[in-house]
Amino acid sequence: MKIGIPRALLYYQYYRVWKTFFTTLGAEVVLSDKTTKDILDNGVVATVNDACLPLKVFHGAVINLIGKVDYIFIPRLKSVAKGEYICPKFCGLPDMVRYSVKNLPPIIDTEVNIRKKPRQLYKAFLSAGLYITKDKNLIKLAYHKALFENALFIEKLEKGNALLDVLANKKSTNKKGELTVAVLGHKYNVYDQYVNMNLFENLTKNNVSVITAENISDKICNDYAAKLPKKVFWSFARKLIGAANHLAKENIVDGVIYIMSFGCGIDSFVADICERTLRKNKTPFFLMMIDEHSGQGGFNTRLEAFLDMIKWRRKDDLDISPYGERVYIGKDAI
Amino acid sequence: MILTFPHMGSVYILVKTLFDELGATYVIPPKGSKKTLELGTKYCPEMACLPLKINVGNFLESIEKGADTIVITGGCGPCRFGYYAEMHRQMFKDMGQDVEIITIEIDDTGIKGLIAKLRYLFPNKSLLSIANAIVKAFSNMKEADKLDALSYKVRPREQEKGATDAIMNKFEADVLMVTGAKEITKLIKKTQKKLKAVPLIAGYEPMKIGIVGEIYTLVEPLTNMNIEKTLGNMGVEVNRVLTTSHWIDQHILKAGLKIGKRDFEKAAYPYIKTMIGGHAQETAGHTVMYANSGYDGVIQIYPLTCMPEVVAGSILPTISKDKDIPVLTLVMDEITGEAGYITRVDAFVDMLIRKKDKEKQNERVLSRS
Ligand code: SF4
Ligand code: SF4
Repeated sequence: MKIGIPRALLYYQYYRVWKTFFTTLGAEVVLSDKTTKDILDNGVVATVNDACLPLKVFHGAVINLIGKVDYIFIPRLKSVAKGEYICPKFCGLPDMVRYSVKNLPPIIDTEVNIRKKPRQLYKAFLSAGLYITKDKNLIKLAYHKALFENALFIEKLEKGNALLDVLANKKSTNKKGELTVAVLGHKYNVYDQYVNMNLFENLTKNNVSVITAENISDKICNDYAAKLPKKVFWSFARKLIGAANHLAKENIVDGVIYIMSFGCGIDSFVADICERTLRKNKTPFFLMMIDEHSGQGGFNTRLEAFLDMIKWRRKDDLDISPYGERVYIGKDAI
Repeated sequence: MILTFPHMGSVYILVKTLFDELGATYVIPPKGSKKTLELGTKYCPEMACLPLKINVGNFLESIEKGADTIVITGGCGPCRFGYYAEMHRQMFKDMGQDVEIITIEIDDTGIKGLIAKLRYLFPNKSLLSIANAIVKAFSNMKEADKLDALSYKVRPREQEKGATDAIMNKFEADVLMVTGAKEITKLIKKTQKKLKAVPLIAGYEPMKIGIVGEIYTLVEPLTNMNIEKTLGNMGVEVNRVLTTSHWIDQHILKAGLKIGKRDFEKAAYPYIKTMIGGHAQETAGHTVMYANSGYDGVIQIYPLTCMPEVVAGSILPTISKDKDIPVLTLVMDEITGEAGYITRVDAFVDMLIRKKDKEKQNERVLSRS
C-alpha cells in the first residue's frame, strides 16, 4: 500500500516520525516532489486568494501525489503539546483540501489533539495505523519506533546539523563563515528551497554560516520563552520567540533573517515580537516577507545590502543603525 | 485610575453599565473613525489582524483623553485574540506610554486571579455588588442586541427612508448621556418602542441575507462599513446570529453551558468536523442553516489574514453549490476604500434579485404547464 506525504508544512517537522511509523507497518511512503513553480501554481489555483503561501504549496504538493498513491496522509493537527495550540489552519487542513482539490484519493485524516490529554497521541497513531493493518501490537511497536526516531532527529539538530541534511541522511559540513546569521521562521518557510529562494545556498556563497532555531535546544528556548509575562500558547512560536531571546542575549550571531509568509496570522505577532527583542539588543534584523509573487532578483539585492550593512557595522564598530529601513520582499519587489 | 476599553460594536453599552454601577471613572473611546484606524495601523505590525489595529487606535484615543488603565478580555488560543494583551503590553512599552493593561480572563491562576483583578479594578466594592453589576451589564447587552436585531427588520420595510437610522442615531447619542443600569435599560426599551412604531410598507417582503464571519468584524461597524445599515437601506433584511451576547455566552460563560452538539455544529459537520478556533464552524454551520431556512444569500466578512475564516472561506463555495445559496465573501483590510466594498455588495444584491425573479418566472411557467 502506498501512502503519500506532501512535502510541505509539517513534513519538515515530522517526516521522520511519519515515515518510520508507516514503513514499520509495511506500507510504502511516497513523498511529493520538491516544490517547483508548477507545484506552486497548481496550489495557487486550488486555494482561496488570501491563503498563505505554505498552504498553497501544500495544496500543490497534494495535487502532485494524485495518481501515485493509495492514500494521502493529511493529519488534522490541533495541538501537539500539552496546553498549547498551533495555527488554526492545520486543524482545518483536511477539510480545506477535500473541498479544494478534485479527484483526491482517500485521505488519512487522523486528529492529533494532545492539549489536554497527552495520551491521546497513541490513539491518533492507532487510528492512522488501522488503515494499514489490524495488528495492534505492530501499531504499538511502530508508534514507539516513530517516537524514538523523533528523539534522534531532534538530538541531531541540537548538535548543530542542518535539518535538510538530517532529513536526507547526510552529514552536515559545518564550515565557519566570515559572518554567522540565524534564519528564523516556520520550518516550511525556512527549509523549502523554492519558497526561500535558495537562501541557504546564497548565504554559503557569500561566506556566511547559518544557524536555525532547531540548532538551539528546546530547553534553552523554553526557558527564555517562559520569561514572557504571557504564556506563548502556539507551540512553534514558543520555540521561535525563545530562540530570538537567546540570540539577543548571547550575542552569537551577526544578524537574524526572519522568513514570514505574507498574510501569516501567527507570524504577524511572532516576527514582531522577535524583531522588538532583537532590536533592543541592536542585532540586525531582516524581515523577509514571501508570497507567490516574490522575485529572486529583488531578493538577492536586498540580501546583499543586508549582509553589507552587517559588515560595515562590524568595521565601523556599530556606528550604522541596523534599522535604517525595514526590508520587505513581497508584492512590490522587482 | 481612569479605565478604558476597546470598542466592539455596542459592547460599550455593557461596559458602561458595569462601570456606572460600580462607580468607576472611565473614558469611552471615541467612536471608531478613520483616525482610529490610522493610529492603529501606524503602531501595529503590518500583518496583524484588523481588530488589533482598531483596539490600539481606540486605546491611543482614550489615553489622549486621560485614560491610564486598559481593561480587555483575554484567552489562550488557538487564535491570535488570546495574544492581544501581550502585544499591547509590548507595543505600549516600546512607545513609551505608561499604561496598565488588565486582562479579564481565567488563566493558570484560576478564578482566584480573576477575583483579585476585579478587586483591584473596583476597590471598596463587595464581590456581591460586582456580581450584581455584571448581571445587569449582561442583561443590558442582550437588550441592546435585540434592539439592533429589531432595526434590521424595520429598516428595509420603513415607509419613510431614514426613519430607522434617525432613531438609532439618536439612541447612540443619548445613551452616552445617561448614567446607571436602570436609565440605560429604560432608554433601550424606549427606543425599541419607537422602532416598533415606525410605519411600514404593507405587504412588502424584503430579500433576506444572512451575515456570517469573524465576530469582531461583524459586530464593529467600522470594520464592516455598517453592512446591516447599508443592506437595510437597499431594502434587504439581514440576520446575524453572532452578536456580542452570543460571544459572551461562548467566551466568558464558556462551554460550561454546552449540552451536546450545538445546532450550528451539526449543520457544519459534513464540512468542518471540529472546532478550529475563531468562528469557522459557525460560519459554515450558519450558512447551511440560512440556506435551509430559505434565505436568499449569505455574506461572509472577515479581516485579512484571519486564520480560521480562511479555512471556512475555502469550504463555502462547496456549501454554496450544494445548497444553492449565493455567498459573497468580503475580506476587510484598511486599504480598500468603503466604495470598493459597497460596489460589490450592490452587485451581489442585484444578482440575488435577478435570481429570485427568474425563479418566480420558472414557478409561473411550471404552474401553467
Ligand atoms: S502559521 Fe502562518 S504560514 Fe503557517 S499555516 Fe498558519 S497562517 Fe500559514
Ligand atoms: S479570529 Fe481572525 S481576526 Fe480574530 S483573532 Fe483570530 S485571526 Fe484575528
